[in-house]
Amino acid sequence: MTRRLAALLALAAGPVLVLGVLFVLPVAGMVAEGFVVDGRFAPGAVLDVLARPRVRRVAWFTVWTSGTATLLAVVLGLPAAYALHRLALPGRAAVRAALLVPFVLPTVVVGVAFRQLLGEGGPLGFLGLDGTPVAIVCGLVFFNVAVVVRTVGVAWESLDPRPGQAAAALGASPWQVLRTVTLPALRPAIVGAASIVFLFCATAFGIVLTLGGVRYATVETEIYLLTTTIFDLQAAAALSVVQIVVVVGLLALAARLRATPDPTAQRTVSPVRPVRRSDAPVVVATLLVLGAMLLPLLTLVAGSLSVGDGWGLDNYRALTTPGDDQALLVPVTAALATSLRTAVDATWMALLVGTLVSIIVTRRSHSPAERRVRAGLDGFFMLPLGVSAVTLGFGFLITLDAPPLDLRDSPLLVPMAQALVALPLVVRTLAPVLAGVDDRQRQAAASLGASAWRTLLTVDLPVVWKPMLAASGFAFAASLGEFGATSFLARDESPTLPVVIFRLIGHPGEMNYGMALAASVVLAAATAAVVLAVERLRVPGVGAF
Amino acid sequence: MLQLTDVTVRYGDTAAVDAVSLDLAPGQVLAVLGPSGCGKSTLLRAVAGLEPLSSGSISWDGADLAGTPTHKRGFALMFQDGQLFGHLTVARNVAYALRLRRTPAARVAARVRELLDLVGLAGYDDRLPGTLSGGERQRVALARALAVEPRLILLDEPLSALDATLRERLAGDLRSILREAGTTALLVTHDHDEAFALADRLAVMRAGRVVQQGAIGEVWREPVDEETALFLGYASVLREDAAARVLSAAGLPPAYAVALRRSALVVDPGGDLRAVVESARVTPEVVRLVVDVEEVGRVDAVAALGSRTSPGDEVALRVDVTRLAVLPISHAS
Repeated sequence: MTRRLAALLALAAGPVLVLGVLFVLPVAGMVAEGFVVDGRFAPGAVLDVLARPRVRRVAWFTVWTSGTATLLAVVLGLPAAYALHRLALPGRAAVRAALLVPFVLPTVVVGVAFRQLLGEGGPLGFLGLDGTPVAIVCGLVFFNVAVVVRTVGVAWESLDPRPGQAAAALGASPWQVLRTVTLPALRPAIVGAASIVFLFCATAFGIVLTLGGVRYATVETEIYLLTTTIFDLQAAAALSVVQIVVVVGLLALAARLRATPDPTAQRTVSPVRPVRRSDAPVVVATLLVLGAMLLPLLTLVAGSLSVGDGWGLDNYRALTTPGDDQALLVPVTAALATSLRTAVDATWMALLVGTLVSIIVTRRSHSPAERRVRAGLDGFFMLPLGVSAVTLGFGFLITLDAPPLDLRDSPLLVPMAQALVALPLVVRTLAPVLAGVDDRQRQAAASLGASAWRTLLTVDLPVVWKPMLAASGFAFAASLGEFGATSFLARDESPTLPVVIFRLIGHPGEMNYGMALAASVVLAAATAAVVLAVERLRVPGVGAF
Repeated sequence: MLQLTDVTVRYGDTAAVDAVSLDLAPGQVLAVLGPSGCGKSTLLRAVAGLEPLSSGSISWDGADLAGTPTHKRGFALMFQDGQLFGHLTVARNVAYALRLRRTPAARVAARVRELLDLVGLAGYDDRLPGTLSGGERQRVALARALAVEPRLILLDEPLSALDATLRERLAGDLRSILREAGTTALLVTHDHDEAFALADRLAVMRAGRVVQQGAIGEVWREPVDEETALFLGYASVLREDAAARVLSAAGLPPAYAVALRRSALVVDPGGDLRAVVESARVTPEVVRLVVDVEEVGRVDAVAALGSRTSPGDEVALRVDVTRLAVLPISHAS
């Protein structure tokens, strides 16, 4: 018993150390910045910060925009989840893949696309929404509908249809079946998805920064402004603390609500049924969601191709230059190369740590102590999912700058930060698959004389290699688009593509804006290509939380 | 009355149910018996309105049900594993259909109590399905299905998820409950014991087709062909000379084939058939033998308890005519 526990702790030591140095230390450093004044512990100053009217306004703005966006994402996502996972719609797989793309699109790209759509002269410019909170909420919904569709859709397609049929045979109309049988069964998935979406909304950075500017700030962008522009580290630290507390609370809630798959039960996917006339409202709603997803992206592509009064590839050709007025230190193509290199490094790091973590948290526990340790580790490794990337990035800067951990000039600094951001995605993809392997399979292999290593090869590897490939793709896409932490850490002479795009839209000059659009299209195409390749692997539950 | 006319259900190119016609009069219990994969569950789901028909028609009292969705048919379906709603208590499960019809609360409470009494689960109201045993869950499912007095109840292997002793007890209960409630029922099963325990009429189904139907005793006595006989629990089928020899010993006219139950041949010094005992096994009721019969071959036989028969003995056998079935020639395969 104790030997098992010791083995577990030994296996966990590596990932825990990595997360400790690269995550806990920077975040703690950032937080300490606020609480420790002149070498003394002074929490009073933090409380003062929280009483400031602007801080209270920012906090309220964060809560209501995130809440509204979450509600909208759920309302729009449910019909699509049903239509795409339960009905035999033609082109179902393609639409599912298309709806997954927004979730991994770089936040900066989405910000640019929405400005292009809602700004003066844009197709929806007449609505006058540019620079309003409505635009921010739309942007947040755009990102997160995919999370709802995925998470709820996967739960829906593995839902046993027979209780619903039993209810129908007892006289329940389709609407009554939905209300009394289906929704109660889906409640864990819906609430779980909603809490994750709220988390993503509340910590969204790039989208709020590009659409809200200084006027509309959320907690996350406020931390950024306070550290980089106003240099009020104490206030920034105070906001970070509030954010971490809320995020940890939400994650704990989501973990409780997430239906833990019974490892001995086989996951069954019920067959889709043909579309009937009565499905029309659901199908129409799905098409509307799809249209709303495509509109900003099409506007973005159109914008990147418009030159003066006509069309052309000039914006794309300009990508080999550093822009008007030397807006950049390096050409955009060099930044793309940097992005790709960084993403490769971030991917192998996230995959290595994520695989270890997944194996650790899914092995069957043999004692209550062991179970507690595993549950604790599971929660611990999910933390980067919600902790502000800005906090993380700034923490890196102030804690990893002195020996023995002087990483400031290391070319691996940015990949490490990005790997941490991608880690929860990897674990969420791999852990359910490993948990789904019946432990008796491993016991059977062991009883036939297979060593622990051999068991891993014969039982786990055949099941997990495809999800591992999918997880790599996800980590790669997330790293390509990562902006929050990278904006702190990337050096001026080797920026990544999202950093370059943000810099271009901040610089005056029509050429610069055109280049930002073209670069956004390139970045969007790269991430979309990766995600569509992942989708072709048909790993169940990818992108579900 | 339920009427199925040439009902066909296709999945792609294969017909899971192939031109099945059946009638079911009010108050009767019809069992559709067949091996797994014969299409019987699909047939049941088609009656419930859960599978679209490729051709043919299902009607009730002469009215075609093609355009009627499941929830408007008034047929209650009871699944193999009950399919109770896990988030509702026993009482709420039983009351489900009543609440859908906005029945007044007092009437609902009274009806739930009555039904739980009927299935022998009084006082289980506030339990959750997860805390019940398999047999208890099936009883709750039955009570739930009976709650609104459905005009037809559809039972999908209602007992096969249970262990042997429980199955026997619940079979008796189920039969008396169905009789008492006067319910018309359509039952599908692969277990002939389950069918005999519950039904008045029997339809034997194979590869999507109904090969024989009739009153249960009649089908049992006169199986239509060899495969049906074996499926109904006959132990062996003899053909040509062997069949003629056994039939003549029984004083019956010769026929092409005859199906024997395990107890069709009985050790009797006055018997007509000569045989050598190959093995003998004592059971609580009877001694079961395997014998090699002259001009017939190896078959099963029985001897009275206490008769000392051991392998190698020569014995005489008598034929018990109630335990064999003469098969029509045309169906010999």
